Amino acid sequence: MKKIKFSEVTPEHIYRNRRNFIKKFGLAAGSVFLSQNLNFSADAAPKKEDLKLTEYRYITTYNNYYEFGTGKSDPIEKSQNFKTKPWDVVIDGEVENPMTLSIEEITTMFPSEERVYKLRCVEGWSMIIPWLGFPLNKILKKVSPTSKAKFVKFTSILDPEQMIGQRYPILDWPYKEGLRIDEAMHDLTILVTGLYGKKLPNQNGSPLRLIVPWKYGFKSSKAIVNIKLVEKMPTSSWMKASPREYGFYSNVNPKVDHPRWSQASERAIGEGIISPRIPTTMFNGYGDEVASLYTGMDLKKYF
Amino acid sequence: MKKYLKLSVFILSLLPFLLIVYKIFLDKLGPEPIKEITHFTGEWTLIFICLTLSMSPLKRFTNLTIWVSFRRMLGLFVFFYATLHLLTYVGLDYRFNWPPILDDVIKKKYIFIGFSAWLLLLPLAITSSKKMMLLLKNNWKKLHRLIYVIAIFGSLHYIWLSKTIFFKPLIYFIIIIILLALRIRIKNRNIKYG
Repeated sequence: MKKIKFSEVTPEHIYRNRRNFIKKFGLAAGSVFLSQNLNFSADAAPKKEDLKLTEYRYITTYNNYYEFGTGKSDPIEKSQNFKTKPWDVVIDGEVENPMTLSIEEITTMFPSEERVYKLRCVEGWSMIIPWLGFPLNKILKKVSPTSKAKFVKFTSILDPEQMIGQRYPILDWPYKEGLRIDEAMHDLTILVTGLYGKKLPNQNGSPLRLIVPWKYGFKSSKAIVNIKLVEKMPTSSWMKASPREYGFYSNVNPKVDHPRWSQASERAIGEGIISPRIPTTMFNGYGDEVASLYTGMDLKKYF
Repeated sequence: MKKYLKLSVFILSLLPFLLIVYKIFLDKLGPEPIKEITHFTGEWTLIFICLTLSMSPLKRFTNLTIWVSFRRMLGLFVFFYATLHLLTYVGLDYRFNWPPILDDVIKKKYIFIGFSAWLLLLPLAITSSKKMMLLLKNNWKKLHRLIYVIAIFGSLHYIWLSKTIFFKPLIYFIIIIILLALRIRIKNRNIKYG
Protein backbone atom coordinates (compact mmCIF):
# COMPACT_ATOMS: atom_id res chain seq x y z
CA MET A 1 0.00 0.00 0.00
CA LYS A 2 1.27 3.42 -0.87
CA LYS A 3 1.75 5.52 2.21
CA ILE A 4 1.26 9.24 2.31
CA LYS A 5 3.23 11.19 4.86
CA PHE A 6 1.15 13.33 7.16
CA SER A 7 3.17 16.37 6.10
CA GLU A 8 1.98 15.87 2.54
CA VAL A 9 -1.65 16.25 3.46
CA THR A 10 -3.01 19.70 4.09
CA PRO A 11 -4.85 19.74 7.41
CA GLU A 12 -8.49 20.59 6.90
CA HIS A 13 -8.48 23.79 8.98
CA ILE A 14 -5.53 25.23 7.04
CA TYR A 15 -7.16 24.10 3.82
CA ARG A 16 -10.37 25.85 4.84
CA ASN A 17 -8.57 29.07 5.72
CA ARG A 18 -6.67 29.05 2.47
CA ARG A 19 -9.91 28.61 0.57
CA ASN A 20 -11.39 31.52 2.47
CA PHE A 21 -8.61 33.78 1.28
CA ILE A 22 -8.99 32.68 -2.33
CA LYS A 23 -12.75 32.99 -2.12
CA LYS A 24 -12.60 36.53 -0.81
CA PHE A 25 -10.19 37.44 -3.54
CA GLY A 26 -12.32 35.74 -6.17
CA LEU A 27 -15.50 37.38 -4.96
CA ALA A 28 -13.91 40.82 -4.93
CA ALA A 29 -13.25 40.38 -8.63
CA GLY A 30 -16.76 39.01 -9.05
CA SER A 31 -18.42 42.01 -7.42
CA VAL A 32 -16.95 44.34 -10.04
CA PHE A 33 -18.71 42.21 -12.59
CA LEU A 34 -21.92 42.22 -10.57
CA SER A 35 -22.07 45.98 -10.30
CA GLN A 36 -22.29 46.13 -14.07
CA ASN A 37 -25.30 43.82 -14.10
CA LEU A 38 -27.68 45.56 -11.73
CA ASN A 39 -30.70 43.96 -13.36
CA PHE A 40 -29.81 40.61 -11.94
CA SER A 41 -28.71 41.72 -8.49
CA ALA A 42 -31.56 39.77 -6.85
CA ASP A 43 -30.11 36.55 -8.17
CA ALA A 44 -26.53 37.41 -7.29
CA ALA A 45 -24.01 34.63 -6.70
CA PRO A 46 -23.86 33.28 -3.12
CA LYS A 47 -22.50 35.89 -0.74
CA LYS A 48 -19.16 35.58 0.97
CA GLU A 49 -20.63 34.64 4.36
CA ASP A 50 -22.72 31.91 2.75
CA LEU A 51 -19.61 30.30 1.35
CA LYS A 52 -18.17 28.88 4.53
CA LEU A 53 -17.02 25.44 3.45
CA THR A 54 -18.96 22.49 4.82
CA GLU A 55 -16.72 20.16 6.82
CA TYR A 56 -15.20 17.24 4.92
CA ARG A 57 -16.72 14.73 7.35
CA TYR A 58 -20.25 15.93 6.54
CA ILE A 59 -19.69 16.03 2.78
CA THR A 60 -18.48 12.44 2.87
CA THR A 61 -20.91 10.90 5.38
CA TYR A 62 -24.25 12.53 4.54
CA ASN A 63 -25.06 11.40 1.01
CA ASN A 64 -27.94 10.49 -1.23
CA TYR A 65 -26.69 7.70 -3.45
CA TYR A 66 -29.50 5.18 -3.76
CA GLU A 67 -27.28 2.66 -5.57
CA PHE A 68 -25.87 1.93 -2.12
CA GLY A 69 -29.13 2.30 -0.17
CA THR A 70 -31.64 5.01 0.68
CA GLY A 71 -30.21 5.98 4.09
CA LYS A 72 -27.87 8.96 4.34
CA SER A 73 -25.08 6.86 5.86
CA ASP A 74 -25.55 3.89 3.50
CA PRO A 75 -23.23 5.30 0.82
CA ILE A 76 -20.18 5.59 3.08
CA GLU A 77 -20.91 2.26 4.76
CA LYS A 78 -21.59 0.24 1.62
CA SER A 79 -19.36 1.79 -1.05
CA GLN A 80 -15.90 1.26 0.37
CA ASN A 81 -15.14 -1.84 -1.74
CA PHE A 82 -16.60 -0.37 -4.91
CA LYS A 83 -14.10 -0.79 -7.77
CA THR A 84 -13.37 2.39 -9.71
CA LYS A 85 -10.48 0.89 -11.69
CA PRO A 86 -10.50 0.02 -14.52
CA TRP A 87 -13.12 2.55 -15.58
CA ASP A 88 -14.10 3.55 -19.10
CA VAL A 89 -16.40 6.34 -20.12
CA VAL A 90 -18.06 6.16 -23.54
CA ILE A 91 -18.90 9.48 -25.15
CA ASP A 92 -21.05 8.86 -28.19
CA GLY A 93 -24.39 9.52 -29.88
CA GLU A 94 -24.84 12.53 -32.16
CA VAL A 95 -21.11 13.30 -32.44
CA GLU A 96 -18.46 13.35 -35.18
CA ASN A 97 -15.82 11.48 -33.15
CA PRO A 98 -17.21 9.08 -30.56
CA MET A 99 -14.63 8.17 -27.92
CA THR A 100 -14.02 5.71 -25.14
CA LEU A 101 -11.73 7.19 -22.52
CA SER A 102 -10.33 5.54 -19.43
CA ILE A 103 -10.53 7.53 -16.22
CA GLU A 104 -6.72 7.91 -16.33
CA GLU A 105 -6.93 9.40 -19.83
CA ILE A 106 -9.65 11.78 -18.69
CA THR A 107 -7.65 13.07 -15.72
CA THR A 108 -4.54 13.63 -17.85
CA MET A 109 -6.35 15.15 -20.85
CA PHE A 110 -8.44 17.52 -18.74
CA PRO A 111 -6.54 19.05 -15.83
CA SER A 112 -8.70 19.66 -12.78
CA GLU A 113 -9.29 23.04 -11.25
CA GLU A 114 -10.97 23.85 -7.97
CA ARG A 115 -14.56 25.07 -7.96
CA VAL A 116 -16.28 26.05 -4.71
CA TYR A 117 -19.98 25.51 -5.33
CA LYS A 118 -23.10 25.45 -3.26
CA LEU A 119 -24.94 22.15 -3.54
CA ARG A 120 -28.68 22.45 -2.90
CA CYS A 121 -30.49 19.17 -2.34
CA VAL A 122 -34.14 18.91 -3.36
CA GLU A 123 -34.79 17.74 0.22
CA GLY A 124 -34.10 21.24 1.55
CA TRP A 125 -30.48 21.24 2.72
CA SER A 126 -27.26 22.62 1.28
CA MET A 127 -23.50 22.28 1.51
CA ILE A 128 -20.59 24.38 0.26
CA ILE A 129 -18.16 22.02 -1.44
CA PRO A 130 -14.70 22.59 -2.95
CA TRP A 131 -14.82 20.29 -5.98
CA LEU A 132 -11.97 19.36 -8.25
CA GLY A 133 -13.09 19.11 -11.85
CA PHE A 134 -13.17 20.54 -15.33
CA PRO A 135 -15.92 21.98 -17.53
CA LEU A 136 -18.00 19.32 -19.26
CA ASN A 137 -17.80 21.40 -22.46
CA LYS A 138 -14.10 20.52 -22.78
CA ILE A 139 -14.91 16.86 -23.23
CA LEU A 140 -17.95 17.60 -25.42
CA LYS A 141 -15.89 19.78 -27.76
CA LYS A 142 -13.42 16.92 -28.20
CA VAL A 143 -16.11 14.66 -29.68
CA SER A 144 -17.66 17.43 -31.86
CA PRO A 145 -21.43 17.27 -31.39
CA THR A 146 -23.47 17.30 -34.62
CA SER A 147 -26.35 19.70 -35.27
CA LYS A 148 -28.75 16.98 -34.08
CA ALA A 149 -27.24 17.00 -30.57
CA LYS A 150 -29.96 18.82 -28.61
CA PHE A 151 -29.59 17.05 -25.27
CA VAL A 152 -26.98 15.14 -23.29
CA LYS A 153 -27.90 11.92 -21.54
CA PHE A 154 -25.77 10.68 -18.62
CA THR A 155 -25.85 7.03 -17.64
CA SER A 156 -24.32 5.77 -14.41
CA ILE A 157 -22.89 2.31 -13.86
CA LEU A 158 -25.17 -0.73 -13.53
CA ASP A 159 -23.57 -3.23 -11.17
CA PRO A 160 -25.95 -4.83 -8.66
CA GLU A 161 -23.12 -7.14 -7.55
CA GLN A 162 -21.30 -4.18 -6.07
CA MET A 163 -24.21 -1.81 -5.54
CA ILE A 164 -26.63 -3.28 -3.06
CA GLY A 165 -29.33 -0.68 -3.72
CA GLN A 166 -29.58 -1.73 -7.37
CA ARG A 167 -30.92 -5.12 -6.27
CA TYR A 168 -34.18 -3.38 -5.40
CA PRO A 169 -36.46 -1.56 -7.84
CA ILE A 170 -36.17 1.77 -6.02
CA LEU A 171 -35.41 3.55 -9.30
CA ASP A 172 -35.14 2.57 -12.94
CA TRP A 173 -31.51 1.37 -12.88
CA PRO A 174 -29.00 2.35 -14.13
CA TYR A 175 -29.39 5.94 -12.96
CA LYS A 176 -30.11 8.23 -15.89
CA GLU A 177 -30.03 12.00 -16.05
CA GLY A 178 -30.04 14.62 -18.75
CA LEU A 179 -29.25 18.22 -19.64
CA ARG A 180 -30.15 20.46 -22.53
CA ILE A 181 -27.08 20.99 -24.76
CA ASP A 182 -26.70 24.66 -23.77
CA GLU A 183 -26.84 23.70 -20.07
CA ALA A 184 -24.23 21.01 -20.69
CA MET A 185 -21.97 23.44 -22.57
CA HIS A 186 -22.21 26.07 -19.83
CA ASP A 187 -18.93 26.86 -18.10
CA LEU A 188 -20.37 26.24 -14.62
CA THR A 189 -21.25 22.63 -15.51
CA ILE A 190 -18.34 20.44 -14.49
CA LEU A 191 -17.24 16.85 -14.41
CA VAL A 192 -15.76 16.12 -11.00
CA THR A 193 -12.90 13.83 -10.00
CA GLY A 194 -12.13 15.09 -6.50
CA LEU A 195 -13.06 17.23 -3.53
CA TYR A 196 -11.16 19.07 -0.79
CA GLY A 197 -7.99 18.59 -2.84
CA LYS A 198 -8.29 14.80 -2.65
CA LYS A 199 -9.50 12.00 -4.89
CA LEU A 200 -13.29 11.78 -5.02
CA PRO A 201 -14.48 9.33 -2.32
CA ASN A 202 -16.62 6.41 -3.53
CA GLN A 203 -19.68 7.67 -1.66
CA ASN A 204 -19.52 10.99 -3.53
CA GLY A 205 -19.66 9.40 -6.98
CA SER A 206 -16.12 8.28 -7.77
CA PRO A 207 -14.46 8.10 -10.20
CA LEU A 208 -16.41 10.61 -12.31
CA ARG A 209 -19.51 12.60 -11.50
CA LEU A 210 -21.35 15.62 -12.79
CA ILE A 211 -22.02 18.88 -10.94
CA VAL A 212 -24.60 21.39 -12.18
CA PRO A 213 -24.65 23.93 -9.35
CA TRP A 214 -27.87 25.76 -10.27
CA LYS A 215 -29.93 22.56 -10.26
CA TYR A 216 -31.02 20.30 -7.39
CA GLY A 217 -28.35 17.80 -6.40
CA PHE A 218 -29.99 14.73 -7.94
CA LYS A 219 -29.34 16.15 -11.44
CA SER A 220 -25.63 15.63 -10.84
CA SER A 221 -25.10 11.97 -11.80
CA LYS A 222 -22.49 9.85 -10.02
CA ALA A 223 -20.20 7.08 -11.31
CA ILE A 224 -20.83 7.99 -14.96
CA VAL A 225 -20.03 5.43 -17.68
CA ASN A 226 -21.77 6.96 -20.67
CA ILE A 227 -22.25 10.50 -21.95
CA LYS A 228 -24.53 10.35 -24.97
CA LEU A 229 -25.52 13.29 -27.13
CA VAL A 230 -29.10 12.84 -28.27
CA GLU A 231 -31.79 14.62 -30.26
CA LYS A 232 -34.76 14.04 -27.94
CA MET A 233 -35.12 15.02 -24.31
CA PRO A 234 -34.04 12.02 -22.23
CA THR A 235 -36.24 10.74 -19.39
CA SER A 236 -34.32 10.70 -16.13
CA SER A 237 -34.72 7.97 -13.52
CA TRP A 238 -36.40 10.43 -11.15
CA MET A 239 -38.81 11.73 -13.80
CA LYS A 240 -39.83 8.14 -14.41
CA ALA A 241 -40.22 7.43 -10.70
CA SER A 242 -42.39 10.48 -9.96
CA PRO A 243 -43.08 12.92 -12.81
CA ARG A 244 -45.21 15.09 -10.50
CA GLU A 245 -42.32 15.66 -8.10
CA TYR A 246 -39.27 15.74 -10.37
CA GLY A 247 -39.12 17.58 -13.68
CA PHE A 248 -36.46 17.50 -16.38
CA TYR A 249 -35.07 20.95 -15.56
CA SER A 250 -35.12 20.81 -11.75
CA ASN A 251 -33.56 24.25 -11.45
CA VAL A 252 -33.30 25.46 -7.87
CA ASN A 253 -36.34 27.70 -7.51
CA PRO A 254 -37.67 29.01 -4.17
CA LYS A 255 -41.01 29.82 -5.81
CA VAL A 256 -41.78 26.33 -7.04
CA ASP A 257 -42.54 24.04 -4.11
CA HIS A 258 -41.97 20.35 -4.06
CA PRO A 259 -45.47 18.80 -3.76
CA ARG A 260 -44.65 17.75 -0.19
CA TRP A 261 -42.57 20.62 1.13
CA SER A 262 -41.63 24.24 0.55
CA GLN A 263 -38.44 25.11 -1.34
CA ALA A 264 -38.34 28.69 -0.05
CA SER A 265 -35.57 28.05 2.47
CA GLU A 266 -32.91 25.52 3.30
CA ARG A 267 -30.69 24.27 6.13
CA ALA A 268 -26.93 24.58 5.89
CA ILE A 269 -25.43 21.20 6.80
CA GLY A 270 -23.20 21.09 9.85
CA GLU A 271 -24.24 24.44 11.26
CA GLY A 272 -25.81 23.09 14.44
CA ILE A 273 -29.14 23.89 16.04
CA ILE A 274 -28.27 27.52 16.73
CA SER A 275 -28.06 28.70 13.13
CA PRO A 276 -31.30 29.63 11.38
CA ARG A 277 -32.56 28.46 8.00
CA ILE A 278 -31.24 30.38 5.02
CA PRO A 279 -33.43 31.63 2.19
CA THR A 280 -33.10 29.63 -1.02
CA THR A 281 -32.12 31.78 -3.99
CA MET A 282 -33.22 31.47 -7.60
CA PHE A 283 -30.86 29.17 -9.54
CA ASN A 284 -29.09 28.49 -6.21
CA GLY A 285 -27.46 31.93 -6.49
CA TYR A 286 -26.05 31.38 -9.99
CA GLY A 287 -28.73 33.43 -11.75
CA ASP A 288 -26.26 35.96 -13.14
CA GLU A 289 -24.56 33.21 -15.04
CA VAL A 290 -27.48 31.01 -16.08
CA ALA A 291 -30.77 32.95 -16.03
CA SER A 292 -30.33 33.82 -19.72
CA LEU A 293 -30.58 30.11 -20.64
CA TYR A 294 -34.24 30.20 -19.65
CA THR A 295 -35.41 33.54 -21.06
CA GLY A 296 -39.10 33.39 -21.90
CA MET A 297 -39.63 30.00 -20.30
CA ASP A 298 -42.35 29.46 -17.72
CA LEU A 299 -40.24 27.88 -14.97
CA LYS A 300 -43.35 26.87 -13.02
CA LYS A 301 -44.42 24.73 -15.97
CA TYR A 302 -40.92 23.53 -16.87
CA PHE A 303 -39.86 22.76 -13.32
CA MET B 1 -47.28 -0.86 44.82
CA LYS B 2 -49.43 0.98 42.30
CA LYS B 3 -47.69 4.20 43.28
CA TYR B 4 -44.26 2.76 42.50
CA LEU B 5 -45.44 1.32 39.21
CA LYS B 6 -46.78 4.70 38.20
CA LEU B 7 -43.53 6.36 39.15
CA SER B 8 -41.61 3.81 37.05
CA VAL B 9 -43.83 4.46 34.05
CA PHE B 10 -43.28 8.20 34.53
CA ILE B 11 -39.50 7.83 34.60
CA LEU B 12 -39.47 5.46 31.62
CA SER B 13 -41.63 7.90 29.66
CA LEU B 14 -39.15 10.67 30.34
CA LEU B 15 -36.19 8.67 28.99
CA PRO B 16 -36.65 9.66 25.31
CA PHE B 17 -36.69 13.31 26.39
CA LEU B 18 -33.52 12.88 28.46
CA LEU B 19 -31.86 11.09 25.55
CA ILE B 20 -32.54 13.91 23.11
CA VAL B 21 -31.38 16.54 25.63
CA TYR B 22 -28.18 14.55 26.11
CA LYS B 23 -27.68 14.35 22.35
CA ILE B 24 -28.26 18.08 21.93
CA PHE B 25 -25.73 19.05 24.58
CA LEU B 26 -23.09 16.59 23.44
CA ASP B 27 -23.59 17.51 19.81
CA LYS B 28 -24.43 13.95 18.80
CA LEU B 29 -27.21 14.74 16.36
CA GLY B 30 -25.20 14.65 13.13
CA PRO B 31 -25.31 16.95 10.11
CA GLU B 32 -29.00 17.88 10.36
CA PRO B 33 -29.66 18.20 14.11
CA ILE B 34 -33.00 20.02 13.84
CA LYS B 35 -34.40 17.44 11.45
CA GLU B 36 -33.17 14.79 13.85
CA ILE B 37 -34.97 16.39 16.83
CA THR B 38 -38.12 16.87 14.76
CA HIS B 39 -38.20 13.25 13.66
CA PHE B 40 -37.32 11.97 17.13
CA THR B 41 -40.05 13.89 18.98
CA GLY B 42 -42.56 13.12 16.21
CA GLU B 43 -41.94 9.42 16.34
CA TRP B 44 -42.16 9.33 20.15
CA THR B 45 -45.49 11.16 19.95
CA LEU B 46 -46.78 8.33 17.74
CA ILE B 47 -45.34 5.71 20.08
CA PHE B 48 -47.09 7.29 23.06
CA ILE B 49 -50.35 7.47 21.11
CA CYS B 50 -50.04 3.72 20.52
CA LEU B 51 -49.17 3.09 24.17
CA THR B 52 -52.12 5.16 25.40
CA LEU B 53 -54.47 3.29 23.09
CA SER B 54 -53.06 -0.09 24.22
CA MET B 55 -54.04 0.28 27.87
CA SER B 56 -57.72 -0.64 27.72
CA PRO B 57 -57.17 -3.60 25.34
CA LEU B 58 -54.42 -4.77 27.72
CA LYS B 59 -56.83 -4.54 30.61
CA ARG B 60 -59.24 -6.72 28.69
CA PHE B 61 -56.69 -9.34 27.67
CA THR B 62 -54.96 -9.61 31.04
CA ASN B 63 -57.93 -8.96 33.32
CA LEU B 64 -55.76 -6.50 35.23
CA THR B 65 -57.14 -3.02 35.92
CA ILE B 66 -53.68 -1.60 36.63
CA TRP B 67 -53.20 -0.78 32.94
CA VAL B 68 -55.88 1.89 32.79
CA SER B 69 -54.33 3.71 35.72
CA PHE B 70 -51.36 4.58 33.44
CA ARG B 71 -53.60 5.85 30.67
CA ARG B 72 -53.90 9.46 31.70
CA MET B 73 -50.17 9.87 32.31
CA LEU B 74 -49.34 8.28 28.93
CA GLY B 75 -51.89 10.57 27.29
CA LEU B 76 -50.20 13.58 28.86
CA PHE B 77 -46.88 12.33 27.50
CA VAL B 78 -48.48 12.30 24.03
CA PHE B 79 -49.21 15.99 24.57
CA PHE B 80 -45.70 16.58 25.96
CA TYR B 81 -43.88 15.01 22.99
CA ALA B 82 -46.33 16.49 20.47
CA THR B 83 -45.69 19.95 21.93
CA LEU B 84 -41.91 19.44 21.80
CA HIS B 85 -42.35 18.33 18.19
CA LEU B 86 -44.38 21.42 17.32
CA LEU B 87 -41.99 23.74 19.18
CA THR B 88 -39.01 22.24 17.34
CA TYR B 89 -40.67 23.01 14.03
CA VAL B 90 -42.03 26.45 14.93
CA GLY B 91 -39.23 27.63 17.20
CA LEU B 92 -35.98 25.86 16.37
CA ASP B 93 -36.56 25.33 12.66
CA TYR B 94 -38.53 28.45 11.68
CA ARG B 95 -37.55 30.81 14.54
CA PHE B 96 -41.18 31.84 15.04
CA ASN B 97 -41.12 33.35 11.57
CA TRP B 98 -44.89 33.08 11.04
CA PRO B 99 -45.45 33.79 7.30
CA PRO B 100 -43.67 30.64 6.02
CA ILE B 101 -45.20 28.58 8.85
CA LEU B 102 -48.73 29.71 8.00
CA ASP B 103 -47.97 29.12 4.34
CA ASP B 104 -46.96 25.54 5.19
CA VAL B 105 -50.06 24.97 7.34
CA ILE B 106 -52.33 26.09 4.50
CA LYS B 107 -50.52 24.51 1.57
CA LYS B 108 -48.99 21.30 2.89
CA LYS B 109 -51.58 18.76 3.91
CA TYR B 110 -49.22 16.86 6.22
CA ILE B 111 -48.54 20.02 8.22
CA PHE B 112 -52.22 20.95 8.22
CA ILE B 113 -53.25 17.59 9.63
CA GLY B 114 -50.35 17.48 12.08
CA PHE B 115 -51.21 20.91 13.41
CA SER B 116 -54.89 19.94 13.63
CA ALA B 117 -53.94 16.89 15.67
CA TRP B 118 -52.04 19.08 18.12
CA LEU B 119 -54.99 21.49 18.42
CA LEU B 120 -57.27 18.55 19.21
CA LEU B 121 -54.87 17.45 21.94
CA LEU B 122 -55.25 20.81 23.71
CA PRO B 123 -58.75 20.28 25.19
CA LEU B 124 -57.74 16.78 26.29
CA ALA B 125 -54.68 18.06 28.13
CA ILE B 126 -56.65 20.89 29.73
CA THR B 127 -59.40 18.56 30.97
CA SER B 128 -57.10 15.80 32.15
CA SER B 129 -57.40 16.55 35.88
CA LYS B 130 -59.75 14.66 38.24
CA LYS B 131 -61.57 17.92 38.94
CA MET B 132 -62.37 18.40 35.26
CA MET B 133 -63.43 14.79 35.00
CA LEU B 134 -66.02 15.30 37.74
CA LEU B 135 -67.09 18.62 36.34
CA LEU B 136 -67.70 17.32 32.81
CA LYS B 137 -69.28 14.01 33.91
CA ASN B 138 -70.44 12.02 30.89
CA ASN B 139 -69.16 14.59 28.44
CA TRP B 140 -65.61 13.91 29.61
CA LYS B 141 -65.63 10.45 28.10
CA LYS B 142 -67.10 11.72 24.84
CA LEU B 143 -64.53 14.51 24.66
CA HIS B 144 -61.65 12.15 25.28
CA ARG B 145 -62.68 9.93 22.40
CA LEU B 146 -60.97 12.64 20.35
CA ILE B 147 -57.79 10.62 20.87
CA TYR B 148 -59.07 8.22 18.16
CA VAL B 149 -59.21 11.07 15.65
CA ILE B 150 -55.83 12.35 16.84
CA ALA B 151 -54.29 8.90 16.33
CA ILE B 152 -55.55 8.74 12.73
CA PHE B 153 -54.39 12.30 12.04
CA GLY B 154 -50.95 11.57 13.51
CA SER B 155 -50.57 8.49 11.38
CA LEU B 156 -51.67 10.33 8.20
CA HIS B 157 -49.25 13.13 9.07
CA TYR B 158 -46.41 10.58 8.98
CA ILE B 159 -47.60 8.91 5.78
CA TRP B 160 -48.01 12.18 3.89
CA LEU B 161 -44.62 13.58 4.80
CA SER B 162 -42.75 10.41 3.79
CA LYS B 163 -41.31 9.61 0.40
CA THR B 164 -43.09 6.27 0.43
CA ILE B 165 -45.46 4.58 2.86
CA PHE B 166 -42.92 1.73 3.26
CA PHE B 167 -42.28 0.73 5.90
CA LYS B 168 -42.43 2.69 9.13
CA PRO B 169 -45.38 4.95 8.27
CA LEU B 170 -47.35 1.85 7.22
CA ILE B 171 -46.43 -0.03 10.40
CA TYR B 172 -47.69 2.80 12.63
CA PHE B 173 -50.84 3.06 10.55
CA ILE B 174 -51.56 -0.65 10.90
CA ILE B 175 -50.90 -0.65 14.66
CA ILE B 176 -53.26 2.30 15.16
CA ILE B 177 -55.97 0.72 13.00
CA ILE B 178 -55.72 -2.52 15.00
CA LEU B 179 -55.89 -0.64 18.32
CA LEU B 180 -58.98 1.23 17.14
CA ALA B 181 -60.58 -1.91 15.71
CA LEU B 182 -60.25 -3.61 19.09
CA ARG B 183 -62.46 -0.88 20.51
CA ILE B 184 -65.23 -1.42 18.01
CA ARG B 185 -65.46 -4.98 19.26
CA ILE B 186 -65.58 -3.84 22.86
CA LYS B 187 -68.42 -1.51 22.07
CA ASN B 188 -70.44 -4.10 20.17
CA ARG B 189 -70.11 -6.42 23.11
CA ASN B 190 -71.31 -3.72 25.42
CA ILE B 191 -74.38 -3.23 23.28
CA LYS B 192 -75.13 -6.95 23.19
CA TYR B 193 -74.62 -7.65 26.84
CA GLY B 194 -75.55 -4.28 28.22
